[in-house]
Amino acid sequence: MTERSVSPRVLGSETEYGITVRHQADFNPVLASSTVINSYRGDRARIQWSIDEESPGRDARGLGYEGVVPPELETGLVNVVLTNGARLYVDHAHPEYSTPECTDPLEAARYEKAGEIIMARAVTAARSIMPAQERMFVYKNNSDGKGNSYGAHENYLLSRSLPFGEIVRNLTAFLVSRQVFTGSGKVGSENGRPPVDFQLTQRADFFEEEVGLETTLKRPIINTRDEPHADASKYRRLHVIFGDANLSEVQTFLKLGSTAVILAALEAGALPEPIALDDPVRASWQVSHDVDMRLPLPTVGGRSMTALEMQWQYLEWATKHVNAADMGEVYLTLVERWEQVLTDLETDPMRLADRLDWVAKYRVLGGYVERDRLGWEHPKLRLADLQYHDVDPARGLYHRLVAAGRMQRLFTDDDVERAVTEPPEGTRAWFRGECVARFGSALVAANWDSLVFDTGEEALRRVPMMEPLKGSKQMVGELLDRCGTPADLIKALGGDHG
Amino acid sequence: MAEQERKKVPAREGEAEVDETAPADQGEEITERIDDLLDEIDTVLEENAEEFVKNYVQKGGE
Repeated sequence: MTERSVSPRVLGSETEYGITVRHQADFNPVLASSTVINSYRGDRARIQWSIDEESPGRDARGLGYEGVVPPELETGLVNVVLTNGARLYVDHAHPEYSTPECTDPLEAARYEKAGEIIMARAVTAARSIMPAQERMFVYKNNSDGKGNSYGAHENYLLSRSLPFGEIVRNLTAFLVSRQVFTGSGKVGSENGRPPVDFQLTQRADFFEEEVGLETTLKRPIINTRDEPHADASKYRRLHVIFGDANLSEVQTFLKLGSTAVILAALEAGALPEPIALDDPVRASWQVSHDVDMRLPLPTVGGRSMTALEMQWQYLEWATKHVNAADMGEVYLTLVERWEQVLTDLETDPMRLADRLDWVAKYRVLGGYVERDRLGWEHPKLRLADLQYHDVDPARGLYHRLVAAGRMQRLFTDDDVERAVTEPPEGTRAWFRGECVARFGSALVAANWDSLVFDTGEEALRRVPMMEPLKGSKQMVGELLDRCGTPADLIKALGGDHG
Repeated sequence: MAEQERKKVPAREGEAEVDETAPADQGEEITERIDDLLDEIDTVLEENAEEFVKNYVQKGGE
């Protein structure tokens, strides 16, 4: 009865940013992160993030008035919901940005880039209220070079009818091999992995398990977290933690898009026999350490494939599915770009200095090695590795590359600016963002799947949003336009009793 | 919106093709361009690399 595949393919990402304040006595990352979030001056509602463990009367049809159930509030840490439907908050001692729910990977990449702008502006505002000698730095990266890692996570909405075992069987080798084009590059190795001058990714060294629930230690390639923030009988949210934060727009699009397509193909039953690595955890860091991308990885059955060979296979399946399922322009562009990238990786990777962060970084670092006769362990290289990711457009090396016209872009500055303030139109993020914009002062609490209003009556009103695809502009735009107040909104949604 | 974003792709592909010069010329050109790039990056790179990097420690991430 129900279609197995989710359509359109809803996705988003969460990025933990690195933070430090130089020359500050008793630097505290939680405090510093809170300062950043609180300093953001864009349109937003500063509210409690509510944890809906139980939600009686959860309406699986979409938006509906639920009544007066008081929300359980997450205490302590700062949280802000923005008019673009995104969440800006403090998590595990880092400032973090979660994109709103998007309907395609190009849109998701654009909203992730908007997050960088938001974070940079928040940092500028925070700096303006700090003593002059204290210097705050925020980085969109995943590693401090001292054994600590923080995440760039991707979220993909899937049908609950897809068995989790299928995801594990089919996605593991994809995630391990996609590193050749998803990595942001790093000097050195960590976490007891063999030493290396430079590797493709920031995160690979930290992964120790094939499958698991952990996210802060013994990290698994496939994370089993099952918190759909949606109707759990229909949906699963796949939470991918095995990836790097990217700055390159093309790379962000490729990472999100290629993964979304492979998942789409999997859901549709369009992936033939899975590629199965003998030892995925070992292969993870081996792929990352193999800058020449020539290492054959043992696969089950006594054979072997290089990461690139695996990616060519995934691309073939993906391209077939994009066409067979008529997935549309964005995905056609995606597979085109994916093919160009694999071709360049195979023939002359340095051509990708304008599209992949690891190559851009490698070119700069390699340039210093040559020009200044440095060893790869020289602090200047580690500094450049870090500063590549500085969110400050005046200092971040990625931003300097963009300013010099050396990076391909997918978006204009205007495209990204719109994503800073306007929510995506195709998901419940639209309803969330518009409520923040129109009724922000009455918004008491929020979660991905609900909003709680203070309409002026004694009891708070919760609006459940269990369907990620409902609450779009098309579905509720007119309704919202008719509502001058939150009370109007509650009434219009069907709750006119106290 | 999707169309606006699509337009970016063909333009970039056209630009990429222009780079197909003879290997030797391309080699020199690349070295020059890298040196220019490094000069520019030198102006924004933090001083005291060792100390800066040493002081960058992150705790408690996912």
